Amino acid sequence: MTQLTRFSLAKIGPLLGLVVITFILGILSDNFFTLDNILNLLRQVSVNALIAFGMTFVILTAGIDLSVGSILALGSALTAGLLTSGMDPLLAVCMGLVIGLILGAVNGIIITKGKVAPFIATLATMTIYRGATLVFTDGKPITGLSDSFLFEMIGKGYVFGIPFPAIVMVIMFFLLYFILQQTVFGRQVYAVGGNEEASTLSGIKADRVKIWVYSLTGMLSVLAGIIITSRLNSAQPTAGSMYELDAIAAVVIGGTSLAGGRGRITGTLIGALIIGVIDNGLNLLHVSSFYQQIVKGVVILLAVLLDRKSP
Amino acid sequence: MKASPIIEMANIDKYFAGNPVLKAVDFQVLPGEIHALMGENGAGKSTLVKILTGIYRRDQGVIKWKNKEVVFKNPKQAEQNGIIVIHQELNIIPHLTVSQNLFLGKDITYGKTGILNKKEMHQRTKRRLYELGVTNIHPNDIAGNLSIGKQQLVEIARALAANAEMIIMDEPTAALTEREIERLFHVIQKLKNQGVSIIYISHRMEEIFDICDRITVLRDGQTIGTKLIADTSFTDIVRMMVGRELGDRFPERVNVPGKVIFEVENISKEDLFENISFSVRKGEILGIAGLMGAGRSEVMEAIFGFSNKDHGAIRINGKLVTIKHPRDAIEAGIGFITEDRKSKGLIMHAPIRENIASANLKAISTYGVIVNSKETLLIEALINRLQIRAISSEQEAKSLSGGNQQKVVLAKWLGINPKILILDEPTRGVDIGAKKEIYKIINELTKSGVAIIMISSELPEILGMSDRIMVMHEGKIATFLDRQEANQERIMAAATGGVRHDSTY
Repeated sequence: MTQLTRFSLAKIGPLLGLVVITFILGILSDNFFTLDNILNLLRQVSVNALIAFGMTFVILTAGIDLSVGSILALGSALTAGLLTSGMDPLLAVCMGLVIGLILGAVNGIIITKGKVAPFIATLATMTIYRGATLVFTDGKPITGLSDSFLFEMIGKGYVFGIPFPAIVMVIMFFLLYFILQQTVFGRQVYAVGGNEEASTLSGIKADRVKIWVYSLTGMLSVLAGIIITSRLNSAQPTAGSMYELDAIAAVVIGGTSLAGGRGRITGTLIGALIIGVIDNGLNLLHVSSFYQQIVKGVVILLAVLLDRKSP
Repeated sequence: MKASPIIEMANIDKYFAGNPVLKAVDFQVLPGEIHALMGENGAGKSTLVKILTGIYRRDQGVIKWKNKEVVFKNPKQAEQNGIIVIHQELNIIPHLTVSQNLFLGKDITYGKTGILNKKEMHQRTKRRLYELGVTNIHPNDIAGNLSIGKQQLVEIARALAANAEMIIMDEPTAALTEREIERLFHVIQKLKNQGVSIIYISHRMEEIFDICDRITVLRDGQTIGTKLIADTSFTDIVRMMVGRELGDRFPERVNVPGKVIFEVENISKEDLFENISFSVRKGEILGIAGLMGAGRSEVMEAIFGFSNKDHGAIRINGKLVTIKHPRDAIEAGIGFITEDRKSKGLIMHAPIRENIASANLKAISTYGVIVNSKETLLIEALINRLQIRAISSEQEAKSLSGGNQQKVVLAKWLGINPKILILDEPTRGVDIGAKKEIYKIINELTKSGVAIIMISSELPEILGMSDRIMVMHEGKIATFLDRQEANQERIMAAATGGVRHDSTY
């Protein structure tokens, strides 16, 4: 009985959508169902998925993070800077992730201690972080980063024929799924988003939970940024702009409520895949990118409208 | 009383998904009558009202309004015919003025120009309020700044502005102070004299006996009977409602309180409360009485670390404790059942399981990882102990009755095995059967040595349950009363500032 109620139509809705869209595109395009394309697609999806995983935590606490794209760019640029200064690639990557954590924590602190609405706070830091990136890079790409095998592996490598970024995505998915569903922290995230006052009165330190959530999102954004940087072997000052929109879209398509407290990271993975499949399939069909935007918007609307219909 | 009924509902059946919720219900109200509609939660009161006002369609039966058969399709139609409901959650738009609220959707304009005739609306608002005997509400007051009691009067005035001939009041006194209740009753009497019929829904027995003319009791979707208030008694009505003898309303308190476990010394917070000192013994119930706004809940929120206090100390077993966040309070063994369970007690859309777990995350986890078996064990044990009636622990809190919701909140706090339990209006919006169960649980807790602090605005509850009573008035302690010396008059005198007692014991 318990299992049955947990497994409702609302939760398989996005999956159903993914299957339908995949089949339609598979029928329309001969190249869609090739192994190469599927692997390529998974690699493309991984960047958005990683950011969207973090965004899921943020949105579950009834927040929003518009600064993910800027954090991605600033983190990547700083990591690239460390690499060109000759730092060990592994250490530089770790430093990059810590930078992401700190940039995210700043968001969290402004939101909780400064009592600024998440939308406003991250709108401001989005601009600040982007500006800082432009200052640091002087508006030019940072190139010639590293020829270490390890660093190249992150964006371009394959393990048993599977793109490394896709593997990172899957590992992070399982890790974050576990955190959300099976740890005290995960429960606190849901509780704070569901009813912050009641959670606080139950002894949950809501501010601390939120700061961690934004920190996590910052770190995941830089992880996504490092994948791009490795792939291009350069850090672009404009990297990641508008990425927040795809990440929010993935979360919303996945059925997570913007009001907080309700949603699942599985849905977000499916949401990211839906967006990836649409981008990829329409590219294969040579549909103009102008039309692609319209299609994506319609899918987001459909997802939300259908979600509201199901009880 | 010879007049023919203004509303007559006969043989009403209603099914939800094949399950009968109303079975051949008969219900009549006479013109100018105050008619109580009583029954436990789930007895069918609100379904009956919703059928009457067109929110639900009846499956069977006849509804006659002023001797004419009617079927209202929606509440608006009912309203146009003169039937208006005043809900527990008021329909006031807080940032509009009283006058704007009164004429919402029925604005008076200069002819058909669409330009508002504010002067006329202002005048009429004033007149309406005056007719109700209300003089301390100004038409230009912002509705949201008024007390709940005044907002309710605005709603009543609005109902009259719409020419209501029957007003249905759903738990109108739940959030009112004694003084506001008095004023409301005054207004209700005036309405009655003007020939308006009132259906009065309440769980508070005293009120029914105070102002109602007749009572109809529903149980399990059936009419159990309609009686003249003058011909019935408290026990009669309870028997009709629950179908069995409930015995005494409050459980007998036999245990003798032990040594002092909890001490509050001189805590203050600017503009809210001042120099509050009290102590509670093991197994003792300290009742806290006072009018709404006397600062009772604010004191408790500060003790619990939900809001900060300016100064003062808290001791448990004689040892000073620092409480800066509810987490500290919980770790010190304090539980807090808040007044407003919807906004501060429960995550309404979350299942019972997650609600109970939220204060017990430490107990059900190791190294931050939830252990499912521990969680299931704890939840099942608490659900059984409190006899929470639900299909499963996965049922959403919002789908439970008020009594069961309150039991979920209780379960959450019993999970931490509190040494001190603060209860703020523990039985508000809870039916009489569940009330009794809650009293029993509180009593059992005291037997096991838990110290209880209970805020209540229901004087019989304070008098029936407390070993000692602290009365607050405008943020200060007015007096302490022992169980033996306490009575309604003494409490009210102290709560309204009549007596000042300076001892803190």
